[in-house]
Amino acid sequence: MNIVQRFFQTSLGKKYVMALTGLALAVFVVGHLIGNLQVFLGREMINAYGHFLQSTPELIWPARLGLLACVALHVWSAVRLSAENRAARPIQYSEAYKPIAASYASRTMLMSGLIIAAFIVYHLLHFTVQTQAINLTGKDFHTLMDAKGRHDVFAMMVSGFSNPFVSGFYVLAMTLLCLHLSHGLGALFQSLGLRNKAWSPVIERLGRRAAWIIWLGYVSIPVSILCGFGKEVMK
Amino acid sequence: MKLTLKVWRQKDQESPGHFETYQANDVSPDMSFLEMLDVVNEGIIDRGEDAIAFDSDCREGICGTCSVVINGMPHGGHRATTACQLHMRHFTDGQTIYIEPWRAKPFPVLKDLVVDRAAFERIVQAGGFVSVRTGGTPDANAIPIPKEDADRAMDAAACIGCGACVAACKNASAMLFVAAKASHLNTLPQGKVEKDRRVLGMVAAMDKEGFGNCTVTGSCEAVCPKEISLDFIRQLNGEYLIASLKGK
Ligand code: HEM
Ligand code: SF4
Ligand code: FES
Repeated sequence: MNIVQRFFQTSLGKKYVMALTGLALAVFVVGHLIGNLQVFLGREMINAYGHFLQSTPELIWPARLGLLACVALHVWSAVRLSAENRAARPIQYSEAYKPIAASYASRTMLMSGLIIAAFIVYHLLHFTVQTQAINLTGKDFHTLMDAKGRHDVFAMMVSGFSNPFVSGFYVLAMTLLCLHLSHGLGALFQSLGLRNKAWSPVIERLGRRAAWIIWLGYVSIPVSILCGFGKEVMK
Repeated sequence: MKLTLKVWRQKDQESPGHFETYQANDVSPDMSFLEMLDVVNEGIIDRGEDAIAFDSDCREGICGTCSVVINGMPHGGHRATTACQLHMRHFTDGQTIYIEPWRAKPFPVLKDLVVDRAAFERIVQAGGFVSVRTGGTPDANAIPIPKEDADRAMDAAACIGCGACVAACKNASAMLFVAAKASHLNTLPQGKVEKDRRVLGMVAAMDKEGFGNCTVTGSCEAVCPKEISLDFIRQLNGEYLIASLKGK
């Protein structure tokens, strides 16, 4: 068996794919959060950041394709592994069976993941492709321009999140992402063999903490906007 | 004590099974769980019916044959306790107890509560041994082994192959068992030389048997009667990765 087959066919190989792509996605999630939080530094900062990304296709396209590959591999291994897990127990226990020691997050990884995948599709249509039909504001985000002639990312975020249903879906998706990460961040070190008895409890605690910090960061944006942040651009 | 038992009855591997209800009167709190089943079986035999089949051998927690899920928990869910060492004082008068076999595709039910665990043997045959003859007892300290390594190998070697880890895992994963069997040899100098071949062979055999995959839930560690640590799974994950990267 060559090394590629080993990574894609064996149980542990697929777990490595899952852990490595999960790690890459988690690093992106943190970077993306830091980028987005610039909205709180004002219209100028976030629009300049948006303009920088848009005007460097040599950076943004490799990153996009890399992320797409990570999501595809992550979902592919998640679905394969989960199907194998299901097949390994064809007859279920009686109603007396309760999960033993397994956290809620660890038991719902596939479900939280699949909903995150659905969210990713919506999110890309919402703010990247800017499909007017799904933003529920009646506005065309393509036409939002600031005084310097750049795409007005600030106004797009403020109008996008001023709809409580859209914001609600974002908050729900971020909650599931952080549930996913609260188990995943610790588990990935276990899957790659990169922890030991001394570090395991520390890594698990830091992983859970990081997940909730990420949640706070992301959720702060739609919640602030719903509370009136940036409403001056809506006139 | 009086108990109501809901016991999984299954004629043979091919027949479908079902839960049958039995009343156990006069259960003493000092009995072990298996002794309680023995008493129930005497009543069943007196009525001319077929006794409940279950596995047991040593009845002192060292052989690993007693494999029953009691109220949804392999071995009954008491810390570091096999079903044969579980006492009836942990139950209350009038309680209903579900008793079922390990549930995993690689562990087919042979009859009632008895499952076939030969899958574990095939995994051990795929690498859970040292290939060379080690001869008679060597002189003490002829091969220096750090105390920590000796202790760690001993902790892994405590696995009795009962299969409770598989039974408890939501994915029916055998990782805790395989990790214990591999780590116990990989940690010692006599076993280390075959480390790569061992982990590759044992994981391939584990996959072939159709066990599920580890998702780090920790259920296995919680029910293991020998308290085998999740850290051995981490060791197996790391050693398998290194063996794979070497291109073996
Ligand atoms: C931004 C998106 C995502 C991030 C940051 C992420 C992150 C992670 C991480 C770090 C892990 C731990 C890897 C390991 O167990 O070693 C993981 C596991 C997992 N992910 Fe994701 N994931 C994402 C999206 C998804 C999606 C879309 C699915 C949908 C199928 C999914 C399903 C799973 C499953 C089933 C596991 C395995 C759980 C386990 O082994 O404990 N994830 N993810
Ligand atoms: S690891 Fe524990 S639960 Fe699993 S077979 Fe060994 S002794 Fe039994
Ligand atoms: S009968 Fe031997 S461990 Fe229970």
